[in-house]
Amino acid sequence: MPITNLTPLASSLFSLLAIASLVLAFVMLGSRWLRDYLRAFMAESWLIGALSAAVAYYGNYPELYLVAVLTVVFRGLLLPYLLLRIIRRMQVDREIHESLQPSSSLVAGALAVIFAFVVAHQLGNRLNLAGSVAVLALTIMLSMKLIGFLMLAVRHEAISQILGLLVLENGIFLGSQILVPGMPLLIEIVILFDLLVVVASLGVLVRYLLAHVGSTSTRDLKRLVG
Amino acid sequence: MAGTLLFIVMLAPLAAILGSLLVRRARVAEYLNLTASVVVLFACLPLPALSLAGPRTWWDDYIVLDPIAAWVLLCTALVYLLASIYAVGYMRLIGEERRLYRFYALFAGFALTMLTGPVMNNVGVYWIAIEATTLVSTFLVGFERGRDSVEAAWKYIIVVSAGISLALLGTMLFYWGGSLVLGPTYDMTWAVLREVAPRVDPGLLLLSFLLVLVGYGTKVGLAPMHTWLPDAHSEGPAPVSAMLSGALLNTAMLGIARFVSIADAAHLGPLPRAVLVALGVFSLLIAALFIVRQEGVKRLMAYSSVEHMGVLALGFGFGGPLGVAGALYHMLNHSLNKSLMFFGAGVAMRSYGTKDIGAIRGVLRRLPTAGALWLAGAVAITGAPPFGLFLSEITVLRAGLGGANVWAVVVMALLLIVIFIGFLNHFRHMYFDEPSGGEVSPLRTSKWCLIPMWLALAPVLVFGLWWPQALWNFFTTVAAQLGGGGS
Repeated sequence: MPITNLTPLASSLFSLLAIASLVLAFVMLGSRWLRDYLRAFMAESWLIGALSAAVAYYGNYPELYLVAVLTVVFRGLLLPYLLLRIIRRMQVDREIHESLQPSSSLVAGALAVIFAFVVAHQLGNRLNLAGSVAVLALTIMLSMKLIGFLMLAVRHEAISQILGLLVLENGIFLGSQILVPGMPLLIEIVILFDLLVVVASLGVLVRYLLAHVGSTSTRDLKRLVG
Repeated sequence: MAGTLLFIVMLAPLAAILGSLLVRRARVAEYLNLTASVVVLFACLPLPALSLAGPRTWWDDYIVLDPIAAWVLLCTALVYLLASIYAVGYMRLIGEERRLYRFYALFAGFALTMLTGPVMNNVGVYWIAIEATTLVSTFLVGFERGRDSVEAAWKYIIVVSAGISLALLGTMLFYWGGSLVLGPTYDMTWAVLREVAPRVDPGLLLLSFLLVLVGYGTKVGLAPMHTWLPDAHSEGPAPVSAMLSGALLNTAMLGIARFVSIADAAHLGPLPRAVLVALGVFSLLIAALFIVRQEGVKRLMAYSSVEHMGVLALGFGFGGPLGVAGALYHMLNHSLNKSLMFFGAGVAMRSYGTKDIGAIRGVLRRLPTAGALWLAGAVAITGAPPFGLFLSEITVLRAGLGGANVWAVVVMALLLIVIFIGFLNHFRHMYFDEPSGGEVSPLRTSKWCLIPMWLALAPVLVFGLWWPQALWNFFTTVAAQLGGGGS
């Protein structure tokens, strides 16, 4: 198991990359501009790609190099490009509809991280992994999950909901690189591909929204109730 | 033999997709799709019997055929055939002739993803298959491109994708737990997970199980994760609603049943089943509340799906041979009956031009045959004898009485009665209240729409009067393979 016998250098490199991704999740949570949001997401994906490469190098999983390349190409370049195109076409830049101020959502995000840490700490103690990079990975995975849900809940712009979904999946991806680097390659590749299809479908839907509802704020989607 | 049949089951819808996209003619596409659905059903019919010989795997263990998967395939194939016949009559009325070939390509694709999911042996690939069903069906829900359809499609894909990502997280944690025992790389099949479960830390397993339950529960439409369901079911075209309700929900329920059996193998105590039972009861409660005061006719059917998924959750949650048998029998009956209900709702909606229950009056005079069939279906779906759902619901109730969750049985019985009264009250208004706008004249309903309604009602009646011994034996085998444990 590579988690328990990592060299200090590898361990701190993994931690650095993971923590930097979490910080970028907070940048997304705090930003008011969709473009900043997108850039932070892009940087986060690159960091996760770098993490895959690092795990491949130190953990001796050559197939993870492929995952690293695919992560950077799909999530780091292709997805942001697709989303940027949608943003340009729709001319929505600033996040206009928010039910929670960015400052308040930062506080909520911090609470989510504390909760995630408590859960991860408990699990780490049970599994005799306390203090290892596994606890950190679990913490960050769970907190990115919670932050993603927070973004889905408090932001009403269609694009930011897509980004919220992507943050949810980024969290899982980041965690899985550290916790289960041996997870069959096929699954990781298909999940990456799957994500591309999700975003393509959402892009089509956004265009429908614009054409038929007249806005891309999901707050206007309130006809179907009860 | 079984391998060839499975191959045909996958190949037929694929051929229909390609054919529809190549020819681009609505008429050709509808018959291609219909042919594919007939082929799929005939290929699926012998599968449950063949699967009894024991689970078999193909393609490096990626595909498995065990009895429960064969059963879900059969239910899916039945709904696919009924919905395909109905679609021929119904979709011609929509007035989207030029785009219709795309509808059939998507429709066959939707069937393909649902027929693929149940036989996936790798837990991760199963997740991908379930996610794929969402992607394809989103476009079917939004097919009519009205304001409401787009809204429903958007909510559907966002809520379900977010929910099901929890199932991915849970699956990954399961894999992690296993990797602490088996080493970093292994094949994550259902059988391997079950085998390794007793040796994994129970706290980690419990967390993973709950995540998976909430994740797939979103797709099944268990309350309180059901919020996408009424919108998607009511805004999609009627054949799509039937496929969503009668087939799609089952394929995700299969995942929950399999994870429950893994949790049993790990001896996690009563909590996993108690949570499933609680979700089932809560679904019944939510369904009861929304059915009583419902105004939309298709939303009424959608909440009835929430109700019946609650019953399925209770059946698998109670467990034991009776619980599993009741749940599986209920799955079949519900698939048939709910298709009938959506077909009837579609016919009524088209002939009255509204989804509003308040505006649908004097159904029997306007739609004599379709109306009578729909009414019989309504009596059946609320669990009245002599229809199949009565038997299966009683079996689930009976299964719960022997276990630790007797409170759930009492609440379930009460809520079923409330739903019976509330649901049929709407039908009383629709059938026997005087229409406000003068005399209504009978309307002819297309044969394409009537035939599937007959085909759906007849077996539900037969299954209510006669529970074949062969089916009972089949269900006990499934229960034994799922571990049969439980409360």
